[in-house]
Amino acid sequence: MRDLSDKSAVQVEALPQTGMITLRVELTEPGLGETLARLGLSLPATREILTEGAGQIAWMSPDELMLIVPLAEVQATIDTLKDGLSDAHVLVADVSDARARFALSGPGARETLAKLCPVDLAPGHFQPGELRRTRLAQVAGAFWMTGPESFEIVSFRSVADYDERLQRDAAAMGVEGLSL
Amino acid sequence: MSFRLPKGGRLIDRSAPCRFRFNGKEMSGFQGDTLASALLAGDQMLMGRSFKYHRPRGVVARGHEEPNALVNLGSGAFFEPNQRATVTPLAEGLEAESQNHWPSLETDVGAVNGWLSRLLPAGFYYKTFIHPRPAWKHVFEPFIRQSAGLGRAPKESDGDRYEHFYRYCDVLIAGGGIAGLRAALKAGEAGSRVLLLEQSTVWGGRAVVDGARIEGRAATDWVADALARLDAMETVARHSGVMVSGVYDHGYVLAAESLSGHTPGGSTPRERLWRIRAGQIIVAAGAIERPLSFAGNDIPGVMLAGAVRDYLADFAVVPGQRVAVITNNDDAYHTALALNAAGVDVPVIVDARAELRGALVEEARGSGLRVAAGFGVAKVTGGKRVTGLALCDQTGNGTVREEIACDAVAMSGGWSPAVHLFSQAGGKLTWDADQAHFRPDPSRAPTGADGAPFVSVVGAANGYLEGSAALADAAGEPIPEPQEDPIAPVWQMPAQAPVALREKTWLDFQNDVKVSDIQLAAREGFESVEHAKRYTTLGMATDQGKLSNINGLAVLGDALGKTIPQVGTTTFRPPFVPLSMGTIAGEARGPLFQPLRKTPMDGWHEMHGAHWEPVGHWRRPYCYLRTGEDPKAAVTREVLNARENIGLLDASTLGKILVKGPDAGKFLDMLYTGRMSSLAPGRCRYGLMCSENGFLMDDGVVARIDDDTWLCHTTTGGADHIHAHMEDWLQCEWWDWKVWTLNLTEQFAQIAVVGPKARALLERLGGMDVSSDTLPFMHWTEGEIAGIPARVFRISFSGELSFEIAVPAARGLELWEKLVETGADLGAMPYGTEALHVLRAEKGFIMIGDETDGTVIPQDLGLNWAIAKKKPDYIGKAAQARAHLTAPDRWRLVGLETTDGSVLPDGAYAVAPGSNQLGQRNMIGRVTSSYYSPTLDRGIAMGLVERGPERMGESLDFPLIGGGVTKARIVSPVFYDPEGERLHA
Repeated sequence: MRDLSDKSAVQVEALPQTGMITLRVELTEPGLGETLARLGLSLPATREILTEGAGQIAWMSPDELMLIVPLAEVQATIDTLKDGLSDAHVLVADVSDARARFALSGPGARETLAKLCPVDLAPGHFQPGELRRTRLAQVAGAFWMTGPESFEIVSFRSVADYDERLQRDAAAMGVEGLSL
Repeated sequence: MSFRLPKGGRLIDRSAPCRFRFNGKEMSGFQGDTLASALLAGDQMLMGRSFKYHRPRGVVARGHEEPNALVNLGSGAFFEPNQRATVTPLAEGLEAESQNHWPSLETDVGAVNGWLSRLLPAGFYYKTFIHPRPAWKHVFEPFIRQSAGLGRAPKESDGDRYEHFYRYCDVLIAGGGIAGLRAALKAGEAGSRVLLLEQSTVWGGRAVVDGARIEGRAATDWVADALARLDAMETVARHSGVMVSGVYDHGYVLAAESLSGHTPGGSTPRERLWRIRAGQIIVAAGAIERPLSFAGNDIPGVMLAGAVRDYLADFAVVPGQRVAVITNNDDAYHTALALNAAGVDVPVIVDARAELRGALVEEARGSGLRVAAGFGVAKVTGGKRVTGLALCDQTGNGTVREEIACDAVAMSGGWSPAVHLFSQAGGKLTWDADQAHFRPDPSRAPTGADGAPFVSVVGAANGYLEGSAALADAAGEPIPEPQEDPIAPVWQMPAQAPVALREKTWLDFQNDVKVSDIQLAAREGFESVEHAKRYTTLGMATDQGKLSNINGLAVLGDALGKTIPQVGTTTFRPPFVPLSMGTIAGEARGPLFQPLRKTPMDGWHEMHGAHWEPVGHWRRPYCYLRTGEDPKAAVTREVLNARENIGLLDASTLGKILVKGPDAGKFLDMLYTGRMSSLAPGRCRYGLMCSENGFLMDDGVVARIDDDTWLCHTTTGGADHIHAHMEDWLQCEWWDWKVWTLNLTEQFAQIAVVGPKARALLERLGGMDVSSDTLPFMHWTEGEIAGIPARVFRISFSGELSFEIAVPAARGLELWEKLVETGADLGAMPYGTEALHVLRAEKGFIMIGDETDGTVIPQDLGLNWAIAKKKPDYIGKAAQARAHLTAPDRWRLVGLETTDGSVLPDGAYAVAPGSNQLGQRNMIGRVTSSYYSPTLDRGIAMGLVERGPERMGESLDFPLIGGGVTKARIVSPVFYDPEGERLHA
């Protein structure tokens, strides 16, 4: 059992907008790997998120990827994808404005998130490098780990206030007496 | 009197007194007490009044199975009814009140119901429904509501906080007695990820109370060692105070935790709901002792023998100075011996068994205790307290042989394995005639997706009542021979009890069901156990028959001449004990009750008088109130302004779904009734979507972006389900079509700029040519407006010149503010959803959800123009050819104009002479939308009327609620600008 009696506060921070691009494509599409390589990215495995340079690329479904890049690079990244996959059946769209982002961190971050998401968050069962699409209480969301005790959470812009309150309330109630 | 012994009590801290109030009386106990033990220690045996007859009732049990000692706890925002005193930890300042008493617990007027009990038999409640008819409403219902019941409903919203917690494990073990601990050790040693949950705050269960020896050691030592070994295992976690409440399919388990350190209203949760997914579930929930059925078995002071032992060991509390023991099994002898050892007088052990040989019996006799073998109890005497008992032959009819004075009774009718969790998910039980109880049938356990059992049961819950057998069962070792003498099934005491005794013999204490009630139900034909249960309410109270179930089945079986397995059990359903509403809701209350979706301009609306209305999960301004305005005045202003100047609408909530691919045109032609494949890039087309049954489900404007890309606008409420509808067809039916979809609703803020001066405003902002030549009606273009990248759609839902501008959501507010500021002198002002409705109704535009209700097809609404008749197919086409949907007398859309200019009530029906076969007035139409039109200064309405369009000019009668009739003429639904000159401007 992990000892959580010496818990520290869990921090919830709303993060500013970043560049996010949805790519719907057959992951076996010829030229996909090469096009991603031009962006310095590679193809993630199932439920994987790769951090490569300033960018990240995440597996979202068997035919959907998400690219995370600095806002300033969104258009260039979209152009590169469209150019490299011009003959392929793909959909590329800027979704940077559609999202709300949060950082949840601290020794009890796993337990705090486990109050909101039906996900096995025990160490060894969810690790950095994994991305999970799920729900946070009543709304859709996704998260991955940015360190051993920290998560980045994305959900939709319209429910940003709900999400933030949800996480702050969950964090405020503490994690004493919980185990994963 | 009940009292506390000067020494002992393993759970109490005598150095930490706790003061509390019961019915306003100052009392005190110790830290570690339950409310029930503290009340007993203060000689407060009377704890409540019964549900129906208001009989005085005292505590019977030690734990969650307690039927009687229910109290109202706390006050105001921390008030909670029906709390079991036996599991309520005593806390300093605790306030409790007994329930269902009036005017007071000691003197209850309602107890008159007891004298009238012959008039209130089983099924009384149902009989009152039938005859005489008015009696239910005027006599019985008010009387029953006044006199029946338990706790009061809270009046204030709960002041505490709650949360959920998701947890996963390989093996979940429910119960931390010795069997549960042993099973946890075994699973932990095998390397499994184990979660061990114990409902009470202490580990070891009955073994510790009974001072058993386990594997050659004292139970306390064995338990301490087991806990230490478990804690040393990395993969094992254990939590006390967490009660497994329900086992569901696929290893899903709910457990409720009461947080011990919680203070009312504090920042930490009061309760937590564990939502667990377990690979295997091991139920080690122990067993629950049964009462015996004898007359007066509900008189305060009659308790379960095991509970008497618990109170003695845990709290050093005894229920009386002379405690008689009544039993049909060996286990109660432990109680007699423990009381005797503590110096409490045990005048008699009444044992229904005629022949006694067991070691415990000998020990009792050796200790000088009197054992009355083969005897039963004719009755226990007393009112608010036991005063004595009358002995009789168990096999006889209750002829009194001897009277014995006592002030408490410890009874044991045997133990029933706690099979609830095993049974909830479908596990079946088998009747164990030797032990006289139902136990789990391992060959009929609940099975998972792989067909293999996922719930197993160990220990007492599996029918192994003796400690050594329970332990061996949990360890998977051979079960040793039983040490105790067999139980004698005794379902009525004495066996030939006459009705005068049976109607004073309680089965279900909480719902006031007696032996005579079950027998009456059987006589009246309620032979199925499920029917008898509902007729008598046996086992239907908050304790769900934990004590009464088996005794009730046995009495029913006896009345029907059937065996208990022939009668069968009722169904066990979760939760094991009631959960508070707060626990179930978790975080979903107050501001987090539901997610509230907000557009990028939400804050601006809030600052500018928005009068909100919910639309799906969104909140949208219904109108913007200015100083001195009511909503009606605001809507009138907003409508007129949009017609005369410029109205601004936050349309960001509309669904925006991108559809792309070589087969996208073909796909959209199937989805919409119209043809989208022929739409030229740069153009827009209004489209209708139908369900497979032909009914209209959504509408919106489709814009073709490029050769293989379309942008589909949906209604606000439709965005998510239309996207799901698209994916459903693509993934399940047309999986080989090359089409991608993406819901971009949240990516864009969308603003409708509406009115004759709209173009002038956009020209002022600059950046894009929006002239009629460059951007005609039903076209769209892309570029920049006021320096913000934008798509501009020349579409109109108002009948006015109108542009809908989509910009990245993060820049929506910026554009909105520029439109408001720059357009101020042109009269630009925002309008809300009600003005939107009025504007569209004036134009005869339909609204999904107003003109449609899931039974309406496009043809009903005169939308044939939006159906491509030459298309070979679209979703709903075949259905729309069905006879009922092509019937000439379908109700179809028309406009309705009241002859007096008034506003028709929304939803009003048009009536025709005569009545239908049900004797109801014939109806020939209904109002679907109705508004006051500021533009026309009169009421306008749309409605669906039988053969409507064929009856132009006819006058219809609309009866009003409360009397009177409004007459309305059938007219065209387009009330305003029928030529459409304004929107083409």
